[in-house]
Amino acid sequence: MSKQVMTYAEGINLAMHQCMTLSDDVICYGLGVDDPKAIFGTTAGLVEKFGSSRVFDMPTAENGMLGVGVGAAINGLKPVMVHQRLDFFLLAMDQLVNSAAKWFYMFGEQQSVPLTIRLMLGRGWGQGPTHSQNLQAWFAHIPGLKVVMPSTPNDAKGMLAASIFDPNPVVFIEHRWLHHQEGEVDLSIEYFEPLDKAKVIRHGDDITIIALSYQVVEARRAAKALAENGIDAEIIDLRAIQPIDWETVTTSIRRTGRLLAVDTGMTTCSVSSEIVSTISEACFDNLKCAPKRLAMKDMPEPTSYGLTRGLYHGAFEIAKLVHEMVKGKDSEQLYSELKVNGNHDVPGDWFKGPF
Amino acid sequence: MNTQLSSLDYLAIYKMMQLIRQTELGIAERYPKGQMRCPTHLSVGQECTPAVLSKLLTHQDLAVSTHRSHAHYLAKGGDLNAMLAEIYGKETGCSKGRGGSMHLIDQSVGFKGSTAIVGNTIPIGVGLALAKKIKQEQGIAVVFLGDGATEEGVFYESANFAAVQSLPVLFVCENNLYSVYSSLDVRQPKGRGIAELSSSLGLASFTADGNNVLSSHTALSSAILHIKQGKGPALVELSTYRWLEHCGPHYDNDIGYRTEQEFLAWKDRDPISCFESELLFSVLATQTQLEEIQIQVQKQVKSAFTFAEQSPFPDYKVQDQNVFARSGL
Ligand SMILES: Cc1ncc(C[n+]2csc(CCOP(=O)(O)OP(=O)(O)O)c2C)c(N)n1
Ligand SMILES: [Mg+2]
Repeated sequence: MSKQVMTYAEGINLAMHQCMTLSDDVICYGLGVDDPKAIFGTTAGLVEKFGSSRVFDMPTAENGMLGVGVGAAINGLKPVMVHQRLDFFLLAMDQLVNSAAKWFYMFGEQQSVPLTIRLMLGRGWGQGPTHSQNLQAWFAHIPGLKVVMPSTPNDAKGMLAASIFDPNPVVFIEHRWLHHQEGEVDLSIEYFEPLDKAKVIRHGDDITIIALSYQVVEARRAAKALAENGIDAEIIDLRAIQPIDWETVTTSIRRTGRLLAVDTGMTTCSVSSEIVSTISEACFDNLKCAPKRLAMKDMPEPTSYGLTRGLYHGAFEIAKLVHEMVKGKDSEQLYSELKVNGNHDVPGDWFKGPF
Repeated sequence: MNTQLSSLDYLAIYKMMQLIRQTELGIAERYPKGQMRCPTHLSVGQECTPAVLSKLLTHQDLAVSTHRSHAHYLAKGGDLNAMLAEIYGKETGCSKGRGGSMHLIDQSVGFKGSTAIVGNTIPIGVGLALAKKIKQEQGIAVVFLGDGATEEGVFYESANFAAVQSLPVLFVCENNLYSVYSSLDVRQPKGRGIAELSSSLGLASFTADGNNVLSSHTALSSAILHIKQGKGPALVELSTYRWLEHCGPHYDNDIGYRTEQEFLAWKDRDPISCFESELLFSVLATQTQLEEIQIQVQKQVKSAFTFAEQSPFPDYKVQDQNVFARSGL
């Protein structure tokens, strides 16, 4: 089984090429899928290889075009629809919630909807109130939708392939700060990662940090620094937020007795809220301290560079909170090297905006 | 040139075109320094339509716009200092730094807001007109939109309702042939114009050369007259071209979605230099007058950038306050 180091965006691109090769039923459309920027490179080469009847741009018509995808799916195709911002996809809530999510159950299991919707979310660079929303919890709230948020290039590839060949509608969510991240990827043409399994990516005994999407990157950095201060954190990459892999989650927490759920979304009614409440019900007797959430404040994200200071959380905030939960004291200075030095609104200095 | 316009009107339109052009180019020049940290869509090449409207609208008229709204905001009389400060994310910005380039507002001149989701303000403009009708207020509502926005279902829904209720609303559609990198022919059927579509929806519909002041003025003033006579809503489709990339400060004719040739053909029809030639040819202005205007505008733009750069950021410690209005607001 050969492997290769590539970026998250390249992993997605490879999955698209492989899936479109595996089945002629796979089509890919969305604003800009065949343009020179190719959705951050994720759709590069598709139209050249598979032709413009299977890979095409569309009118600016999100709701209608999602409905078209549902119709195509129930008539034998496996559409992959792409949106550069989750926010644009909000126009399609009717077709998503009332059609895609319901069709199979509502018509007595006669016809499922094998549809994949790739959505991008993020933070920073003045994306502001309507271009940065991490609304993954909305989708997780709708029975009938599978919702995944992979954090590594390999999972992005394997879970996208699994989403495309899954008989159900899958909302596949990518954080823009992950697109450039590198990792080893399994190159096999038929390589599928499950859509309902979390992954323990670091073993530890003192606390379970459950993170999703980009926050997994931050949690890894935090765990390293915590280890230097004698705290051994277990990290679970949640990967799927609907369904959540409760077995992996509860097994870990029963052992560590502590839970920190780190989310990219806003706090109220978030995925992290769901984790804390379910764990409180299922593992109450195992908990050594109150479980905690680290999520965004309940407020629209402002645009201003000055106003977004201190808004985002990452390795520093995770480490500080974990230290308090495990050792019960303030530890700010121990982790100061994890603080963002440089601009807080970009994934790295290489990023020059605007998009 | 046109009996409805005086030589003073022409100079005012010229000045507005200069204000828009120099502001946008000023942003493009400074943007790479990384102090304007938000998605920014410039209107270089599209100055004519807003400049003409600046002469046709008053503060009784209300307007809403899109992600590409700097020109519309300025043409409506919006404060330049507050707009640039907004793009710099400053406390003195027109939205206190919360909205950035894509969320402009100046209530004092009837610019009720621009937003970043395509089609988002179309029904909002219709709602402004509905309130005007019910409250029997003077003036009209203006909805700025691009060619791409007419593909959203909400365009149909809003136009339909405006027609049913015969609302005083003007849809100003600047057709610049592109939505991001997607050309019109992969998005709309060949041979069916936007004005034709809107006419069948029940809007009085007009077309104009959106790079030509006279053509734009004729169409826009006829549409406004139609609305003010109580005959119902109207749409004007104005053909034009954006010179710079969809979002950001650079030229991007090299990346492959459009040709340098196409760009150069449109650049030859630069609304500003064409208008200058016409003014000089018809002896409506002298070279010296035009140069004086350019210098005045240069000064104004320069001092607005200084204002924006020197203004403080908002206080991040209170970033989460005022998500809700208190009663009375
Ligand atoms: C609902 C929605 N879909 C997609 C986008 C991404 N987007 C931003 S601007 C734009 C182009 C719209 O084209 P047009 O209306 O012609 O305006 P122009 O940019 O040409 O001024 C698109 C597709 C968006 N902001 N909102
Ligand atoms: Mg356009």
